[in-house]
Amino acid sequence: MAMDQVSTAHDDHAHDHKPGFFVRWFLSTNHKDIGTLYLVFALVAGIIGYTLSGIIRLELAQPGIGPLTGLMEFFGYSGDQAIEHAKHFYNVVITYHGLIMIFFMVMPALIGGFGNWFVPLMIGAPDMAFPRMNNISFWLTVAAFIMACTSMLIPGTGEFLGFGGGWVLYPPLSSATGHPGPSMDLLILSLHTAGIASILGAINFIVTILNMRAPGMTLHKMPLFAWSMLVTAVLLLLALPVLAGALTMLLTDRNFGSQFFDPSGGGDPIMFQHLFWFFGHPEVYIMILPAFGIISHIVSTFSKKPVFGYLGMAYAMVSIGAIGFIVWAHHMYTVGMPSDMKAYFVAATMVIAVPTGIKIFSWIATMWGGSIDFEVPMVWAIGFIFLFTVGGVTGVVLANAGIDHVLHDTYYVVAHFHYVLSLGAVFGLFAGWYYWFEKMFGVKYNKTIGYAHFWTMFVGSNLLFFPQHFLGLNGMPRRYIDYADGFSTWHFWSSMGYAVTLVATLIFFVGLIEAAVRRRKAVANPWGEGATTLEWTLPSPPPFHQFNELPEVKPETHH
Amino acid sequence: MSNTRLLLISIVAALGMLGLAFASKPLYDTFCRVTGFGGTTQIAKQAPENITDRKMTVRFDSNVMDAPIMFRPLQTSMDVKLGEHGLAFFEVTNTSEQDISLMASYNVTPHKAGLYYNKLECFCFEERVIKAGATKKLPVVFFIDPTLDDESNMDDVRTITLSYTYYQTDSFEGAANSAALN
Repeated sequence: MAMDQVSTAHDDHAHDHKPGFFVRWFLSTNHKDIGTLYLVFALVAGIIGYTLSGIIRLELAQPGIGPLTGLMEFFGYSGDQAIEHAKHFYNVVITYHGLIMIFFMVMPALIGGFGNWFVPLMIGAPDMAFPRMNNISFWLTVAAFIMACTSMLIPGTGEFLGFGGGWVLYPPLSSATGHPGPSMDLLILSLHTAGIASILGAINFIVTILNMRAPGMTLHKMPLFAWSMLVTAVLLLLALPVLAGALTMLLTDRNFGSQFFDPSGGGDPIMFQHLFWFFGHPEVYIMILPAFGIISHIVSTFSKKPVFGYLGMAYAMVSIGAIGFIVWAHHMYTVGMPSDMKAYFVAATMVIAVPTGIKIFSWIATMWGGSIDFEVPMVWAIGFIFLFTVGGVTGVVLANAGIDHVLHDTYYVVAHFHYVLSLGAVFGLFAGWYYWFEKMFGVKYNKTIGYAHFWTMFVGSNLLFFPQHFLGLNGMPRRYIDYADGFSTWHFWSSMGYAVTLVATLIFFVGLIEAAVRRRKAVANPWGEGATTLEWTLPSPPPFHQFNELPEVKPETHH
Repeated sequence: MSNTRLLLISIVAALGMLGLAFASKPLYDTFCRVTGFGGTTQIAKQAPENITDRKMTVRFDSNVMDAPIMFRPLQTSMDVKLGEHGLAFFEVTNTSEQDISLMASYNVTPHKAGLYYNKLECFCFEERVIKAGATKKLPVVFFIDPTLDDESNMDDVRTITLSYTYYQTDSFEGAANSAALN
C-alpha cells in the first residue's frame, strides 16, 4: 500500500503527467488549473455583468423610457404594461449588474483566479493546502452563478420577473412585502452558496499561506500579493458569515413567519442594513486588497527596485482590513442615527485614508528614481494608481455625514464606487492579466494591442464615470430609469464612454485571439531583473507540479 | 501549527461570526433599551421623588399600519414638569366586523430624549384584543427623568413627541391576558 503510493507519486512527478480532459478540468485539484477555471468563469460572468451595464447606459443615454419599452413591446407587452415591465426590468438589471460583478466577476478573478495561480507559486508551495476543497469552492461558485442567473427569469413580484430591489437586498423590498415571488428565495440560496464557496476558499488560503511557505520565507519576507490574499481571506472568513446570518433571517422572515426585520413583530428593517454593511464594507476591501498586492509587484518589477516600505505596505493592508470592520454605518448615515454616532463613523472612516495614503505614496516612492519600463502591465498599474486615488478622494468627501445627507444615493456615490472598483479593481485585474499572461498561458501577447486596450479603456471608463460626479452633485438619484432633461447632456456623454469601453473590450478579445493563434513561445522571465518573486524562476507555463524540491529563501533576498 | 488545527480554528471563527450575526438581534434590543437609541423609551417601576421647575411639552402622535382601526390621541399635547407624572389617553376603535389583535411599536423624537422618557404604565407593553366594533380608551403613565436637566446636550429640547404605530398581529396569543386587563 505504502509502496504503491510512493511509486505512483514518483511517476506523476517525473513526467509532468497531466490527467485526461474531463478529469483535469472537471475534477481538478491542481491550483493552476483551478485558477484558470476561475479566470474563465470570471470572464463569462464579466461579459454578462458588462452586458447588463450596457443595458443601463443604453436606457439612460436619453431621457424618457425608450429602449426598454421597445424591448418589452418586442416581448408582447403594450402601452402602460410595457412601461411597467420596462421599469421593473431596469431595476432587475441594476441589481444583477452589481451582484454579478461583485460575487461572480471581481472576486472569482482576483481571489479565485490570480490567488489560486500565484499564491502557491510565490510562496514556493507545491499546491494549495486542501486541493479538493479548492475544487469544491470553484464548482459551488459556478452553481451559485447559475442560480443567480435563473433567479432573474422567475417571478419576483406579481407578474414581474426577477428581484429588482438593488444589490443591497434591503427589506421590505426583499421581504415578502416587496418581492413575495420565488426569485428572491433563489437569489438568497445563490448568495449562500457563493458565500460558502468563498469561506472554503478563504480557509484554504489562510492555511496555505501560514503553513506552506518555502523554507526561510518568514511572514515578513513574504511577497505582498500573498500578504494581500492573507488579509483578504481573513476578511472573507469573518465578514461572509454575517451576510449568511442576515440572509438566513431574511429567508425565515419570508417563509417561516419569523419577524427579524418586520416592525409589526418587534423587528427592525434597519438591523438588516447594519448586518448587511457589517459584511458589505469589508467586502469592498476584499475586492480591492488583492489588486493592491498585484500593483505592488508590478510597480516594483518595472521600476527595478524593491517596493518602498515593504513592512509598511503589508501592515497598511492589515490595518485597512481591521478598520474596515468598524466603519460600516457610513453607508447608512440617512437612516436617522444620532449625531454622536455619525461623528464616530465619520472619524473612523477618515482614518482609513491614512493606511491607504501610505500605500499610494509608497507606490509613488517605489517609482521615484527607478529606471522605469513602461511595459503594458506598468501602464495599467499607473492607471490604477491614478484612478484609485480619484475614487479615494471622493470617498473622503462622502465620509462626511453632513455632505453625505445631500449626496446619499446619488450618481456621486455611483461615480465614487465605480472609480475604486470598476476602474480600480478592474484596472488591477487587467494589470495582473498582462503581468502574468505569459506565465499562465505560456504564450506572449501582442504589446501594441495591450497598449491600445489600455488607452481606449482609460479614456472610455473616465468618460463613462467622470460626468457621473456632475450628475450626482446636481441631484441625479441612482437607480432611476428616467431623469429630468437637464441631466441629459452628461448622461449622454456617460453612455458614449460606455461605447468607448465596448471598443476596448473588443480590443481585449482581439488580443486574446491573436495570442492564441500566433502562439509565440513565452520565456520564464520576460521582465528582467526587476521580477524577483519565485514564479519567475519557473518556466512559462510552470510545470503541472512545481517545487518538488522546495526553494530556499536566503536571508538577504528582496521581496 | 498543523493544517487540521488551522482548519478547525478557521471554521470555529466563521461559525462564531455566524452566531454573532444571530446574537445581534437580542444585542440590538438590549443596546436600544440601555442607551435609548432611536428614541427607545425607558420602563420605570417608580416615579422619581424630586420634581424640577423645568417644563417640557409632550406631543402625542398615532399611526396605523394596515389595520381596520381608528387610532387617535385624546389630547394633542400636554405640559409636564421634569419628574412630574403625566397621564395621557389614546382611543382605538375597531371598525371591522371581527375581533382583532393589535400590537404597538413606539418611540420618541428627538431620539436623544429616549433615555429620559420613562413609562410607568402603557397600553403598548402588551398585545391587545379589540372586539368587533368596540372602542377602547388606552392609558399611558409617564414621567421625564429630572436628570435630563443636567445634560448640556439636552438644553435645546423643549418638546418631546411620543409616537405610536399600531399593527395588526396575526396571532391571538396573549388574548386572555389583554381581556383580563380590559
